[in-house]
Amino acid sequence: MSLLHVRDLEVTSGPLTLVSGVDFEVDAGERVGLIGESGSGKSLTALAIMGLLGEGLSARGQVRFADKDLLAMSERQRCELRGNSIAMIFQEPMSALNPTRRIGDQVAETLRIHRHVSRREAERAAVGLLARVEFAEPERYARMYPHELSGGQRQRVMIASAISCDPDVILADEPTTALDVTVQRRVLDLLDRLVDEEGCALLLIAHDLAVVSEVCDRVVTMYGGRVVESGSVAQIIDEPRHPYTNALLATSKALSVAEAASGANLPSIPGSVPSAGHFPQGCPFRDRCERSVDACLEIPPMVTQGERALACWNPVGGSASSVQGAT
Amino acid sequence: MSDATAHQRGPGVLVDESDLNGARSDPKQTWRRWLRNPNSLIGGVIVVLVVASALVSLVWTPYSPLAVDPAHALGGPSLRHLLGTDEYGRDVFSRLMASSQIALFVGALSVLIATVIGIPAGLLAAQRGGATGQVVLRLADILYGFPALLAAIVLAAAFGASKSTVVLAIGISYIPVFIRVTRSNALVVLNSEYVLAARAYGRRPLAILRRHVVPNIATTIIAQMSLLFSLAVLAEAALDFLGLGTAAPAASWGTMLQSSQDYLGNDPLLTVWPSLAIVVCVLGFSLLGDGIGELRDARSRR
Repeated sequence: MSLLHVRDLEVTSGPLTLVSGVDFEVDAGERVGLIGESGSGKSLTALAIMGLLGEGLSARGQVRFADKDLLAMSERQRCELRGNSIAMIFQEPMSALNPTRRIGDQVAETLRIHRHVSRREAERAAVGLLARVEFAEPERYARMYPHELSGGQRQRVMIASAISCDPDVILADEPTTALDVTVQRRVLDLLDRLVDEEGCALLLIAHDLAVVSEVCDRVVTMYGGRVVESGSVAQIIDEPRHPYTNALLATSKALSVAEAASGANLPSIPGSVPSAGHFPQGCPFRDRCERSVDACLEIPPMVTQGERALACWNPVGGSASSVQGAT
Repeated sequence: MSDATAHQRGPGVLVDESDLNGARSDPKQTWRRWLRNPNSLIGGVIVVLVVASALVSLVWTPYSPLAVDPAHALGGPSLRHLLGTDEYGRDVFSRLMASSQIALFVGALSVLIATVIGIPAGLLAAQRGGATGQVVLRLADILYGFPALLAAIVLAAAFGASKSTVVLAIGISYIPVFIRVTRSNALVVLNSEYVLAARAYGRRPLAILRRHVVPNIATTIIAQMSLLFSLAVLAEAALDFLGLGTAAPAASWGTMLQSSQDYLGNDPLLTVWPSLAIVVCVLGFSLLGDGIGELRDARSRR
């Protein structure tokens, strides 16, 4: 039984369906990457798992965590799990820290909520945690306020607080996107190492395949609020089947090539992600897809083959058995 | 503003850390900023003087504020009576000092009533949107439409005019102000990413209000309290003037002003002194409120 099992998750805002039919699993200790452009529904999926969707948004379907359905839980029960068993790291470390409280206090907040430790113990634990996220002078930083820290430092603080209660799974929502390129690497390596040491599972949300392929075991591609492809990192990188995954991979590969031979045009995916409610009928990627065919007017079913799953009428690499299997 | 954020946003661009160290925590610097701001400086000085005179008047005034001396009635300023005497020969300076007690008492108590009810109600309205929030806001609207003067007249008619009715009337009329200020500021904090993060840590709603919302809106509320304090002093004087509050012979700026009317021709200074006291006191608290607000803005711009 998997640790986290999202089944047929749907997020709606009034009449608009923002995320639909999302299915994926995260096993204990496994690292899964959730990729897609902004507006694909990745963050909403993470917030729905946490039960932290904003006002006006509602989630349906099932989110099973250790055999309990998170969506059916009371808010009180969810509070017990959040931070304790399921931790989350946010995209913007700039705004995710309270400007009026000291760093040490905020790192220890989760411990004080769930472990009911004394203020003194929590402070000591916070210093230890700051040392684990590579602060050279943890005692000094624990006394500082967020505005005195750089973005990378703040994200490390967020990581420290995420691991403080030994969670079973960490949801990291684009943890490096808001950071300078120079510190992205360091934060990513740190997250990688700590997840390893803690032995917890990781759901890493990113729009960069390169980031995901370095850290994760499996990849789930989302587009238009749907899962379009999933598989192991090796499978997806070596042989992407969905045209969208393929295009993402091409842009990501081209970046490293372009660095070597600058001057060439960077490949891009034509068009842009439509706003919610403006996706075309049928396959959401249809109007931006080079390989769209008549069949794409209908939503392609998710077809599972061993470890891989794909939802495409005309996948890269020829008409696979998946197409036949579906029709 | 944009400059400062751009500055902060450059991750890794560690502006020489020593510059930033303790920018917020150093009380010395807070003092320096406090003294450099003209509003908070002047307001602070006036408030301290008013409070001091009220405290001193509790134990000592040059003359008893109630001591009648018909022989020296309507005497102008002199060495014996700094600001002169009123129509009964009472020392004006002593009466002004004693009056500051009432002004501060009414101001403090009415603001206290308004905050004790208004702040929790505002927090409730912010956190529970939906029906609960709407009910709280509509109740605030109803209170808002009910002027303090009317409340004072009703209360005075029902219980007899006194300090307590003035306090109640002013306090109740300020409740909706605090509900709105609290609610709108709390909403900003509640929608912030760090509150989302705190929820992700497993914080319960009440703890989020206590740990995150209240500390972040405290300065705004304190500034508002100071502003409303000044208005309360003004309202208290007005109600006393109309005979809806403190009754003669007790000294209050409003009653002094009222009784001085009859001698406007003979002794115009008698009207000037209480007016001046009201103006200075109101100015002091309102400058202090503005100053606190400006200090907060300066700090959040950093």
